[in-house]
Parts: sequence; C-alpha cells; structure tokens
Amino acid sequence: MSEKKSSQREPGFRGGPRGMGEPVQKAKDFKGTIRRLSAYLFEYKKAFIVVLLFSACSAVFSIIGPKLLGRIITELYEAVMAHSAGITFVLDFQYINRMMLFLVGLYAVSSLFSYFQNYIMSGVSMKITYEFRKNISEKIDRMPIKYFDSKTHGEVLSRITNDVDTISQTLNQSLAQIITSITTVIGVLVMMLSISWLMTLVALLVVPLSGMATMLVVKRSQKYFKKQQEYLGHINGHIEENYSEHNIVQVFNGEKEAVRKFQKMNEELYDSAWKSQFLSSMMMPMIGFIGNLGYVVVCILGGYLAVKRTIEVGDIQAFIQYMRSFTQPIGQIATISNTLQSTAAAAERVFEFLSEEEEIEEVTEAKIPTEVSGRVEFRNVTFGYTKERTVIRDFSAKIEPGQMVAIVGPTGAGKTTIVKLLMRFYEMQGGEILIDGNEVRSFRRNDLRSIFGMVLQDAWLYNASILENIRYGSFGRSDEEVYAAARAAHCDEFIRALPDKYNMILNEEANNISQGQKQLLTIARTILADPKILILDEATSSVDTRTEVLIQKAMLHLRKDRTSFVIAHRLSTIRDADLILVMKDGDIIEQGTQQELLESKGFYAELYESQFTNGDVEEAAVEEVIKEERQDQ
Amino acid sequence: MIRLIKYLKPYSGLILLSVLLLFIQAASELALPGYMSDIVNRGIATADTSYIIKTGVLMIAVTLLSVVCSTAVGLLASKTAAGSCKDLRSDLFKKVQLFSNAEFDQFSASSLITRTTNDITQIQQLLIMMIRMVFYAPILAVGGFLHALAKSSSMSWIIGVAVVMLLCIVFTVFSLAIPKFKRIQTIIDRVNAVVRENLEGMLVIRAFNTQRFEEARFDEVNKELTAVSLFVHRVMSGMMPAMMLLMNLVTVAVVWVGASQVADFRLDVGDMMAYMQYVMQIIMAFLMMSMMFIQIPRASISAGRIADVLKTEPSITDVAESTVPMPRLRGEVCFDKVTFSYPGASEPVLREISFTASPGQTTALIGSTGSGKSTIVNLIPRFYDITEGEIRIDGMDIKKMSLHDLRENLGYVPQRGMLFSGTIRSNLTYADANASEEEIRKAAEIAQAMEFIEAKPEGFASAIAQGGSNVSGGQKQRLAIARALLKNPQIYIFDDSFSALDYKTDANLRAALKEKTKSSTVLLIAQRISTIRDAEQILVLEQGRIVSRGTHKELLKQCEVYQEIAASQLSEEELR
Repeated sequence: MSEKKSSQREPGFRGGPRGMGEPVQKAKDFKGTIRRLSAYLFEYKKAFIVVLLFSACSAVFSIIGPKLLGRIITELYEAVMAHSAGITFVLDFQYINRMMLFLVGLYAVSSLFSYFQNYIMSGVSMKITYEFRKNISEKIDRMPIKYFDSKTHGEVLSRITNDVDTISQTLNQSLAQIITSITTVIGVLVMMLSISWLMTLVALLVVPLSGMATMLVVKRSQKYFKKQQEYLGHINGHIEENYSEHNIVQVFNGEKEAVRKFQKMNEELYDSAWKSQFLSSMMMPMIGFIGNLGYVVVCILGGYLAVKRTIEVGDIQAFIQYMRSFTQPIGQIATISNTLQSTAAAAERVFEFLSEEEEIEEVTEAKIPTEVSGRVEFRNVTFGYTKERTVIRDFSAKIEPGQMVAIVGPTGAGKTTIVKLLMRFYEMQGGEILIDGNEVRSFRRNDLRSIFGMVLQDAWLYNASILENIRYGSFGRSDEEVYAAARAAHCDEFIRALPDKYNMILNEEANNISQGQKQLLTIARTILADPKILILDEATSSVDTRTEVLIQKAMLHLRKDRTSFVIAHRLSTIRDADLILVMKDGDIIEQGTQQELLESKGFYAELYESQFTNGDVEEAAVEEVIKEERQDQ
Repeated sequence: MIRLIKYLKPYSGLILLSVLLLFIQAASELALPGYMSDIVNRGIATADTSYIIKTGVLMIAVTLLSVVCSTAVGLLASKTAAGSCKDLRSDLFKKVQLFSNAEFDQFSASSLITRTTNDITQIQQLLIMMIRMVFYAPILAVGGFLHALAKSSSMSWIIGVAVVMLLCIVFTVFSLAIPKFKRIQTIIDRVNAVVRENLEGMLVIRAFNTQRFEEARFDEVNKELTAVSLFVHRVMSGMMPAMMLLMNLVTVAVVWVGASQVADFRLDVGDMMAYMQYVMQIIMAFLMMSMMFIQIPRASISAGRIADVLKTEPSITDVAESTVPMPRLRGEVCFDKVTFSYPGASEPVLREISFTASPGQTTALIGSTGSGKSTIVNLIPRFYDITEGEIRIDGMDIKKMSLHDLRENLGYVPQRGMLFSGTIRSNLTYADANASEEEIRKAAEIAQAMEFIEAKPEGFASAIAQGGSNVSGGQKQRLAIARALLKNPQIYIFDDSFSALDYKTDANLRAALKEKTKSSTVLLIAQRISTIRDAEQILVLEQGRIVSRGTHKELLKQCEVYQEIAASQLSEEELR
C-alpha cells in the first residue's frame, strides 16, 4: 500500500533536480521495448532525418570555429615573434577581418540549425506524447472492469502522467542530445587529430578516467540514495498517518511516542541524506578535476610541441576549446544510458498497459435491442472473479417485465456481482443470461448497456454544471426535459435554492452539495435516460433522514413499470420484491419471495430476526404512532 | 525564507568554512589561464621546455587544490543542508503535534503532510545548491573580472556587453516560460482530474455509453496541455543555441579586438588567450547566478509554507501538567449553555447546549446530518474549544485540566475506525502499552472482533496497512472499539461507531458493551433508532439545538422529529 501511495505522490517530488547516481528503474525487456518505441518514432521518420541533418550541420559548423580562430592567433603570434626578431611583418588586417566575419556567420548558422533542430524535435515529441496520453485514456474505456480490481487509480494515473512525461522528456532532450553529442564527438576528434595525434591520444585518456570516476561515485552513492529513499518513505508514512489521524493520537495521548518515533526516523534519514548528497556532489568536482588535468597536460604538451614547431601556438588555443567541447558530450553520453534505462522502464509500463486485454466484441451479427419489455432470465449461470474460486454456481431465475428483484446480504457479500454480469462488466464462465429471450452476448456491449439504468451507492458526478450532470448520457434532451426529470426525482426544489441553480458547477470533489443531494441527481439522470431495466443500489448510510425519504420516493417513482434489480440495505424495500436473492461470501445462498424465505428458516430468516429481535412493546408503540399519523392524513 | 534563516545558525561555522574554501577554489580555477598565458608568452617564445614543465606541474598542483576544496565544500554543504532540514522537520512535526482541529482545518491535513515532507525536501535541495553556487558564482565573476582587467583593461566592454546580453536572453526566455510553467501545472491537475473521474465513474460511463463523450473531454485537456508544453519547450529550446552563439561571439570579439592590440604590442598573445578564458568563466558565473534566481522563488514558496505553520500558535493551550496524579474521575459530563462556532465562521453550529451525562448511563444523540451531533462530542476531548458556556467533568471545567489528564479518561471511537499501520495487536495496545494478553483478548471479544481476528492465519499479529485499508469498514470499527475498551476509561464516546456493522453484530456488541460500561458514562451517536433505544437519555438535535430529550418511549410520544426518524426506519414492522 505504501508503495502505491508513493507512486501517486510522485508528481510532487519531481520539482528538485535529479541527483546523479540516483537508482534507475530498469525495464524487464529493454531491447523489445526500445524496438517498440522506435516503431512509434518511425512514423515521424522524415522529421527525424531533418533533425539528424540539422544537428549534424550545427555541430560541424561550430567545430570549424576554433580551428579558424587558432589560425588567426598563430598569425598574430608569428607577427609578434617576427617583430621581436627584428623582421618587419605586416599583419594582413583585411584577411583577419574577413575571417572574423566568416566566423560570426558560421556560429550564427550553427546556432540557427541547432535551434530549428530543437524546434522540430519538440513538435515531434509533443505529438508523440499527446498520442500516448490519448491512447491510454481511450484504452481505459476498452478494458474489462476486472483489470481495475487489482490496480489502484494511482497506478493508472501514474501511467498517464509520470511515465508519459518521462518518455516525452527523453524524446525532447536526450534524443537530440545524443545526436548532437555523437556528431560533436566525431567532428571534434577529426579536428583534434588534424592538429596533433599525440595530443589527441592524451586527451582521449581523459575519457576512460572520467568514466571510471563516474562509475565509482555512482556505485557508492546509489546505495545511499536507495537508503535515503527508503527512510524518506518511512518518515513520510509516519507523518501521513500521524497527521491524518491526529484526533486518535491526541485522545490516546500518543503525541510523545509519535515524536520519539519521528526523531529516530529523522536521525536515520539525516544520516543517509547527507551521505548520498555528498557523494553525488563529488561527481562534478571529480569530472572537473579530470578535465583540468587534461587541460594542463594539453598546455604542457602543446607548449613542448610548439617549441619543437610541430604545432602552432593557435593550435593550443584551438585544442583547449576542442577538449572542452569533447568532455562535455562524453559526460552526456554517460548519463544517457541511465536516461534510456528509465525511459525504457516507463515505456514498458505504458506499452504493457496498452496491450492489456480488451473487451472484445465477439458477435458478428449483433442484435439490436428495440422495444425491450424487460424480461430477464438467468440459466445455470456460473461465475468466479478468479478461475480458482467460483462464487456463483448454477444460478437460474426468471424475472417477468416490471418485476423487482432484491439482492440482500451482509456487507462484502458480493451483492453487485449479478448486476455486473447482467451488464457484462464481467464475463460469466458458464450458463447464459437472456433479455427478452435474447442471450446478452448476442448484443454489442454498448447496445446491451443502453437497456439499463443505474444508480450506484457512490453517486458519480463530474466537474460540470448540474444541468450537464443530469443530462449526462442523454445529451440530446432539452432543458425542459431535464427540469421535468429533476422534479420527478425530487431535486428541483433544492437545485433552485442553490446560488446558480441548474448552472451551478459541481467542484472536483463534488462536495459543494451533500451526499444525499448527489444521489438525487443521479436518480434524475437515470429518469431522464429512461432505461428499460433498472439497477439501484440503495445504500443511504451517510444521508440524513429527510433526504432519505426523498430518495426513497424518487426511487419508487423510478421503479414504476420497469424491471428492477435493487441492492437492498433495508429490509423495508424487500417486502415488495418479487424475488429475493440472498448472498453471502459471494455466493447466492437462498432465493425466493420473502414469505418463502422466512418459512425455510435459513440465513435470510436469521438476518430478518436479528434486525427485528427487539420487536416488543416499543415497536408496537411506533406502529401506533405511525398508524395515527396515517389516519390524520 | 528569512524566517527560516535561524535554522542555519548552528551551522554558521560550516558555512563560513565553505565560503573560505570556495575562495580558494575560485582563486585556483582562475589561476590556470594565467599559467597557460605564461607558457605561451615565456615558455614557447623562449623555447624553454623546462619552464613549460615546471609551470605544468604547478598547474596540476593548483587543480588538485581546487578539487580538494570543492569536495570539502560538497561535504560541508551536504551536512549543513541535511542537518538544518532535520532540525526543521523535527520542529515542524512537534509543532503540528500541538495543533488542535482548528489548525488542522485551517491548513488541511494533506497540506500539512506536504509541508513536512515535500517542502522540506525542496529546501534541502536548494540549500546544497545555494552553498555551493550562491557564494561561488559571485566570487568567480568578480575574480575573473579582476584577472581580465589585469591582462587588458581596454577590452572590458566586451565583458560588459556579454553579461548584459546573457541576462537579456535569460530574462526573455524565462519571462516567457515561467508563467506557462504554472499553467502547465494546473492543466496537468485537470488532466489528472478527468482521468480520475473516468476511473471512478467507470461503471456509470459504460452503463450510459458515454465513452465518446469522455474521450472528447480528455482530448480537450490533452490538446491544451500539448499546446502549452509545446510553447514552453520551443521557447526553452532557444536558450541553448543562443547561449552557444553568445559564447562563440565573445571569443571572436576578443580575438578581433585583441588582434589590433597585439599588432600594436599592447597585448601579449598568451594574455589574449587567457583573456578569452576569463570571459568564459565570467559568463558561466552569471549563468549560474541566473539559474539560482530561478530556483530561489520556487523554494521560497516552500519556505513560506513551512514558516506559516511554524508561526501558527495552537488555539488550544494546555495548562501545565499537574505533578500530582489526577484522582480517577467519576465521569459525570456536564454541558452548561455551550455555544460553539467554528473558527472564522459567523454562525454558531451549536447553541446553548445543556445536558448532563451521568456515570452508569447512556446518553444518546440523534439528528440529521449537520445537526451538530459529532461537534458536541468533539468538544469533550477539546479537539475544539467552545465559544461560550462551560463543559465540566465531575464539576471541573475541562479547560482547567491538563489535556493529558482529560484525554486519559476518555475512550473515543470515531466514525471511521481509524487504524495505524502495524499489527492488530499494536493497534489495540496503542491504548495501553502494558495491556496483558488476557485484557487484549477480552477487549476484542467484547468488540465482537475475536471471530475475524481468529479467522486470520496470523491472528493478533496480522498486519494492518496504513489507514487500515486491508480490513473492512466493519472490522475497522470493531478494532477501534476494542482499542477504546483497552484504555478502560470512565467516559466512552461512540461517534456513530456501529454504522458499518450489520444488525446482528451491532446487537451482540451492544449487549456485551453494556456489561463492560456498567459504571461508565457513555455518549453515543447513532443513525439507527435500534442502536439507541435503550439509552437512559436521548437528545434530539436539530440545527445545533437540542429540540427534545427523553427516553425512546417518551420521545415517540412527544417529539415530532423523532417520530419522523422512527417512522422512516421502523416502517418495516408495521406491515409485518
């Protein structure tokens, strides 16, 4: 659980710069994932070719610069030396000016190429990112509900945000960087070789050296980073728990203990935090040191060679510049392997998600439900959420149009299972369900589901106006029809009392109206949809009595002339039911009318008894009161 | 930001040492081009190889000095940042422990969590960078300028122009991009919100066949996100090429201007080469500084959020804990004309509430949501302080008791059975660390929790996940009840704690509780009439007032609100 939590919270942690040596997530199938990702990129091959060309041009143009500059410096140096030797040497300023202008042009063109390459690349990567997000969101709608039984919302969300983001970052920065780095390294190498092979050799020695240094630091710091991450997880968990349940902490006088525990965790965190920070902070100076070492060696060797007249003075200057632009891309390439690893891991998760099984339409000639009367028949239905455990065995029942089925049982008994099968949110393993004599699997899922209307315990509303929420799913209906549905659902009155009436926007948590009001809105929505068969979950635990009465009335209205499946929490609903299904531990253990069930003296009878055990004198008193009231009316 | 500076005080020695080391580091970095210039000017010119090698060795020594310094600074910075953040985190946590519900409402628990975790991590990151760069960049810039000046004063304008241009680039890019960064964050939040809604409403969406509609809704935010991020990326991607161009042009400018000076013998070639490198270092320093100025506002938001918590004084102050152990209370709870409004609210939620809950009796509260039932019981442990009137326990104003003593006598069971991560046992012994095995079992038995605990393979040692997410609502409630029982208090508060139990368990539990709470005061909130009908006293609440009181029987006769509630719940029986 804590792991899932932390993945949900990840966006918050993204702010800080990624320390070097942080542990990298690795893909299980690196090659396969990269191949798949490449296939995605292949669609944009034209853009990639242009990017490649541009970045190569940019690199080449900027690489010529130092060499030309070096030549000018040599020229100057010669002039000075000649002068000190007493020979007159006229500096060709016209030549220098021409060269300078040429250089300015060269650098400008190089930067332009580099900018356009970036420009194109961001376009491509944003497009790909957009596609990824779109694919994932559409995928969600096509996946079987079953998939989400074992996944938290946070996990799915993290695909859309974190993972796609990682991929986008890599495409946007690293990919162009790889190309530029590689062209730069090759170009620089050529230029360096053209100056002096000996100096190039020395400069190249820097590469394995800095590579080794990097490895050394990364290896050591990774251990501490892992520890830091772990301790951070512990301490965050403790804080979360303590803050969100502070009333319990207070009333049990647990503050001192909480602080003691916190201090211990805090010490542990400190210890790993400074060590990991220190180790990762060593990276820069170490690489800098090795770079400087190369610089010094180039100076010495260059000076020596210049004395020997093997190279020119300007070449030293050029070589120093090349060295600088050589070590930088090498460093980048070193971190790119890490980036690729984490990108592959992210891409793998995205691809895994995208290739999850979908709800497939297996019908070739789908029947279209018209004029549904609402007769439902279950024939030997067998079902289990997992293959190992069958929860519904050989269930058969016939429900005539307009009849009511009540499903009862203790919490967690799986009362919604039948409903989920009926609407094909899950596939049964055996038997069949018929609606007006047609097997449910002979319809398209969408057509099948359009027969049903549903009011669930968790009233689902979205961030839009009340009007839009009621009209949800029946988008063609007029405002008048919406008002009529609201009146039928007894919510017109409270809506009109709201500040913006029907145009009030429900906020994200939809907590600007009460739980009961939310339920009334979903009832109005279902009334407007006018379904043939109804599914009602009538839990009203967090609703006050008056609203509850309204909800009951609205539901009664809704049920009229419709076949309905009611997930009952109060036994009052049940006495009207034509069929009661009693569920326990996922299984239907009894079925029949109330009369039959009471006579059989089974689980239902027991449940019934327990609810009304205290039925004694006082109960009679209530009845008296109520009867009197009725008479008054 | 400034308000948190005191957390750096204990580390001021380390910081001072860091600055000193940074000076040495900058000096040695800046010495290198000078040596190179010497090699060119003297070594090569006079063909003196031994001079070249001697200078080279010196350069290596200087480089070594620089790396030692910067590593040491890294160590000091890490210790300073991690240490001061440790202190800060600890102070923040301790502060929050003192907060009452008023402060929790003010900040919201989730915001307090991010402040203690995320915001502090942000600050730690910034501190390390600050120490390593904030001091270093100016030192390097000033040092570089002085060195450059020594080589040639007439080319200083190049440095000036370069720095101004650099700042222009940085300013343009960021003034374009930063406002969009914030926008991206809000759009990402909206993308998340839509996906979350889709996941939560999955069944509804499929039942109503509104997939297309939802996809269009997502596409809208997705497109917006793509457009804004594309803009930002394109602006940002101009930064690097512009920087490169600037640096290259500066080099060209130095050589160009320098060439004529060399020709006039006002400048040595080696010095010109050194000059180029100084200019680079100065530009780098300014680049570092501008990056810092972009980071600082972000961290200062975090710092401000933390400082806000630290400066908040808890609205409920504790009296000094008495040294004499408090005598065991009888447990008579008396509300005397209590009026209460939430901090900042204009209307009171409770008005003139008066009642007495006596030991050995059950006082039940009933009423619709928002009538103030939970608010009443939350006043007893002083989660909030009352606005007017007085609450007395055994005749003593609860404000005059220490919070510890007061709470020690209360057994509180909240609506949501809140559990901590650990085991079933650790959750039960949270009430009393010294509880014996027998006591634990007894409490679990009364709470009707024994059955499911024993059904678990590991029994009392079964793990409980954070927030108790791996046990059902009813099980959570039963464990929370068992926990309160173990405390063995004089006053029990059950805030709708039976709601997730089925009727049978509810009945059994109440029967078992009756025995246990025989001599205690019991305050009970419930939605179900069946749960409270045996109470000695029932208070019917509506809109923050007690509208009626009496026993079940009496209320059925006199109280309209109660009749209404009863009618809605007990109507099954009438047709039986």
